[in-house]
Amino acid sequence: MAAVTPLLLLLLLSSAPSFSSGSRNAYNINGRVKIPQGLGTKGYALPGRMSNVKVLLNGGQNITFLRPDGYFSFHNIPAGTHLIEVSAIGYFFSPVRVDVSARNPGKVQAALTENRKGLSELVLEPLREEQYYEIREPFSIMSLLKSPMGLMVGFMLAVAFLMPKLVENMDPEEMRRAQEEMRSQGVPSLSSLLPGGARN
Amino acid sequence: MAIMSFIFVFFFFSSLQPILSLYEDQVGLMDWHQQYIGKVKQAVFHTHKTGRKRVVASTEQNIIATLDLRSGEIFWRHVLGPNDVVDGIDIALGKYVITLSSGGSILRAWNLPDGQMVWESSLHGPKHSKSLLLTTNLIIEKDNSLIVFSNGRLNAVSCIDGEVLWKKDFEEESLEVQQVIQPPGSDFIYVVGFAASSQFETYKINAKNGELLKHESTAFSGRFSGEVSLVSSETVAALDSTGSILLTISFHNGKISSQQTPVSNLLEDSPGLAVIIHSSVTGIFAIKTDAATIFIRVIGEGKLEVVEKTNHETVVSDALTISEGQQAFALVQHAGSNIHLTVKPAHDWDSNLLKESIKMDQQRGFVHKVFINNYIRTDRSHGFRALIVMEDHSLLLLQQGAIVWSREDGLASIIDVTTSELPVEKAGVSVAKVELNLFEWLKGHVLKLKGTLMLATPEDIAAIQYMRLKSSEKSKMTRDHNGFRKLLIALTRAGKLFALHTGDGRIVWSHLLQSLHKSESCRQPIGLNLHQWQVPHHHALDENPSVLVVGRCGPSSDALGVLSLVDSYTGKEFSSLRLVHSVAQVIPLPYTDSTEQRLHLLIDADKHAHLYPKTPEAIDIFQSEFSNVYWYSVDDDNGIIKGYALKTKCSGNVADEFCFDSRELWSIVLPSESEKIITTATRKLNEAVHTQAKLIADQDVMYKYISSNLLFVATVAPKASGEIGSVTPEESWLVVYLIDTVTGRVLHRMTHHGSQGPVQAVLSENWVVYHYFNLRAHRYEMSVIEIYDQSRADNKDVWKLVVGNHNLTSPVSSYSRAEVITKSQSYFFTHSLKAIAVTLTVKGITSKQLLIGTIGDQVLALDKRFLDPRRSVNPTQAEREEGIIPLTDSLPIIPQSYITHSLRVEGLQSIITVAAKLESTTLVFAHGLDLFFTHYAPSRTYDSLTEDFSYALLLITIVALVAAIFVTWILSQRKELQDRWR
Repeated sequence: MAAVTPLLLLLLLSSAPSFSSGSRNAYNINGRVKIPQGLGTKGYALPGRMSNVKVLLNGGQNITFLRPDGYFSFHNIPAGTHLIEVSAIGYFFSPVRVDVSARNPGKVQAALTENRKGLSELVLEPLREEQYYEIREPFSIMSLLKSPMGLMVGFMLAVAFLMPKLVENMDPEEMRRAQEEMRSQGVPSLSSLLPGGARN
Repeated sequence: MAIMSFIFVFFFFSSLQPILSLYEDQVGLMDWHQQYIGKVKQAVFHTHKTGRKRVVASTEQNIIATLDLRSGEIFWRHVLGPNDVVDGIDIALGKYVITLSSGGSILRAWNLPDGQMVWESSLHGPKHSKSLLLTTNLIIEKDNSLIVFSNGRLNAVSCIDGEVLWKKDFEEESLEVQQVIQPPGSDFIYVVGFAASSQFETYKINAKNGELLKHESTAFSGRFSGEVSLVSSETVAALDSTGSILLTISFHNGKISSQQTPVSNLLEDSPGLAVIIHSSVTGIFAIKTDAATIFIRVIGEGKLEVVEKTNHETVVSDALTISEGQQAFALVQHAGSNIHLTVKPAHDWDSNLLKESIKMDQQRGFVHKVFINNYIRTDRSHGFRALIVMEDHSLLLLQQGAIVWSREDGLASIIDVTTSELPVEKAGVSVAKVELNLFEWLKGHVLKLKGTLMLATPEDIAAIQYMRLKSSEKSKMTRDHNGFRKLLIALTRAGKLFALHTGDGRIVWSHLLQSLHKSESCRQPIGLNLHQWQVPHHHALDENPSVLVVGRCGPSSDALGVLSLVDSYTGKEFSSLRLVHSVAQVIPLPYTDSTEQRLHLLIDADKHAHLYPKTPEAIDIFQSEFSNVYWYSVDDDNGIIKGYALKTKCSGNVADEFCFDSRELWSIVLPSESEKIITTATRKLNEAVHTQAKLIADQDVMYKYISSNLLFVATVAPKASGEIGSVTPEESWLVVYLIDTVTGRVLHRMTHHGSQGPVQAVLSENWVVYHYFNLRAHRYEMSVIEIYDQSRADNKDVWKLVVGNHNLTSPVSSYSRAEVITKSQSYFFTHSLKAIAVTLTVKGITSKQLLIGTIGDQVLALDKRFLDPRRSVNPTQAEREEGIIPLTDSLPIIPQSYITHSLRVEGLQSIITVAAKLESTTLVFAHGLDLFFTHYAPSRTYDSLTEDFSYALLLITIVALVAAIFVTWILSQRKELQDRWR
């Protein structure tokens, strides 16, 4: 993702007088959406496939689409401060604040609202890729062992294997005493519950 | 020991933790997604090339889509903006779809195979006018060109890159251009129109460079009205404004000559006011009167002849050129439950190229539109297929006397949704069909196990997926334990009611409502909303549940109302009422009669209340609760909110004991120069709240102020009610109110300076969350207000509780004037919003999540804990334990918490949440153009096993454990014996 951010260039807004011959207060906003190659290889929007990307002005008041090279334009926009949002499945775009100036046409400013970064050219790039699904971890012993169940089993195995070892090292006299003590206290011992406990 | 550990390893596979979000292979397990395009306005076939046959359609919902002609599936689809109405579509160069939209000011070309936009042109002109799109095979400067007339200007546009090759203005103020015609094979264009409604004007224009070759005009004594119909490339037919004189005007070589024929000359009986039907068939045009559709042929020099007069509802298609110089067109007529499709050649009315009769479902209503296309049969004769649009907005393809496919596109415009329970399962029914034999069952689970262990081959995965999707359990037609299976009842704009099964989204029944059908007394019926009329669960179990459909006969609020009662199991409309009063508001009352019909109060425009059902029993029940009924009205235009209660029986001249007068209790008048109401929100009536008390960090208790009469109102400065960017932060503000609707008391008022709408709000329990635009930061913001009841705070004192000096048992009343405190906090949020809702569970124990419909048509789940006014930058240890998240300035967007995952619910309008019987789970239904349904568990499914749970594994584990016990027992016995022998 670090590679993406430096690429975030800025915005260029031009009021194109060649088209807007109608009212004096209408301007065009032209820009470009750029999805860097390498991103999006995981499937939702194939690289270069821009047909499902929408560009929205002021919360959906105007909607436009991308040309194959990623360029888009909004026509007949009044001067003022506007908000451009890009909707693309699989990518997170920051909304962009665009100021269209009436006093000096052609002079426009734009900034990403998420991180307040100014743009000198209207090239919009995704801030990050969005992964909508949990990734199924490939089967690995470590992940199993780390889970609560794994820890439980680990502990039980430890008890099952290490406890007899501890008992072995004990003095037989001491052990008998301890067993008698336990019996007298009426605490049911584990061994008496097991089938092998019949021996006692 | 080895065996034991093996068993253990096995055991915990089966209990891997469920995760809140989805794995990719779980898509479609709990959710379904359906895509629609809406009511088709224009359709163009693309069948010339070998390869996939398509049809391109534009719809009234501003969609441009291509469908597979074989199956009706969508290849691609684009939803244009709300103001970007499609005026015309066509196919150019055999590879581009051309659309003209936004009142003729935007021309776009889309790549036919994949829907990629190729170019976009903005066309402007001197004045507003009709927009016409004409594709030609004219070649100007080596480019194929399009001719577009829009906004009073004629443009020639290159097909390759959308560049304007030449343009010609028609600035004359009163000129209304009706048609742009290019006679076949010529290189000039006729622009035909009326000037000042009484002059007929033709302009002959050189198609190569836009040069005006000739301009002629003729004045007529009468005035023209409406459309003209093109009879040939140099003749048009028109009607005068009285609708009684037909004019045929020919302008051969720019010379205008005309003939006037009174309509009464053609028909014996006076037909009344006639209108011309738009069609493009050579030599024939059609006029429509109240009673009939009349087809008229033009013979030679303006002589007219009636060829057919039909009294049925008849629809004509545009002309289709089938071979050199030969045109055909289609007629569709209704006859009982059949429709007759006739294809005729344009030159000979009496012969038919095709005549088919097709059985049509009555529930689809009349045919509204027909589009035809031809193909060459193997015997080199012409075959025809017809695409028809029905009254319920569905789209059907007819070919060889049968319906090839149908699409229920009425579902793209849902007005309201409610739910209904399914029938209770009767013993001995349907169980056998569901259970598989043990072997298959085990095999399925072994496959699942392989999937979990990531050992499955792609074929196995496909098999697993198929098995899961097919699971007949979820699409059964009976009630289930968890309450997942329900019927979603949806009312569409076409006046059709659909019942969808929540398991797989299939249509269980659909019914075109009689009450919302166009008729003499009700010319423009519209559906308003749906209510649950009868939900039998205790007393009247043998009755089927039913829903109430409320509509009115016209767009204004004082139009007369219509009601329908529909059985939710069968879709039968068992009662349909035309009301004698209007319907401004419908209030479902919390009382039911002995057959569990819910009492409803309908408020009319004159503020009279009408009680339904109209039974003596209902009135008895209602009389006892008479003084407890309150309601309010919000008048957006004047900024007045008023509260009402019932007074007496109606004092009108008719004795109607079900009608009541109302009295005004309170009113809040907002200053119209500084505040304009834009949004209101109330609590859902069926929301359950588990507890009023909220435990906070230091063992303290706060009491939520819970009242079902809470109303949230948001107002903005009138100047700022427009779009973003139209005002400066200084002159815009947003004011929010919390109002008690019984007493009219303003519980809380707060101003956000420098903010503006649109506001989306949701109110639940004791909090409200709303979304608006902050102009200063130029970002969207979401705020939360929580409201607490201070008068109950004293109850913390244990001594008071012991002595009995507490008010916990005192009834909660709006009149008690509780002392309230509010807490509030705001956060930035990235996206614009289309809808907002909150999860709803049956007991209200599960924590809440907000469901946010973003501008990208996705639904995001956001934990309510992120919108907690008690968040602070550095929460104390105790607060952290309580679950308070450190304060951040913006709300996080976690991609995995999009409940729509990688899908879009295009044109999202609203999100509906319904509680399942299982406390952990909410059913979520999002609709717009698309429909999306899923189960959602805000705090995970803590009360049931997940779908992933493998019973086979559990069984194997248990068997293995038992076996191991026996093996170890035998081993230990043997060892003991050996010990004894030693």
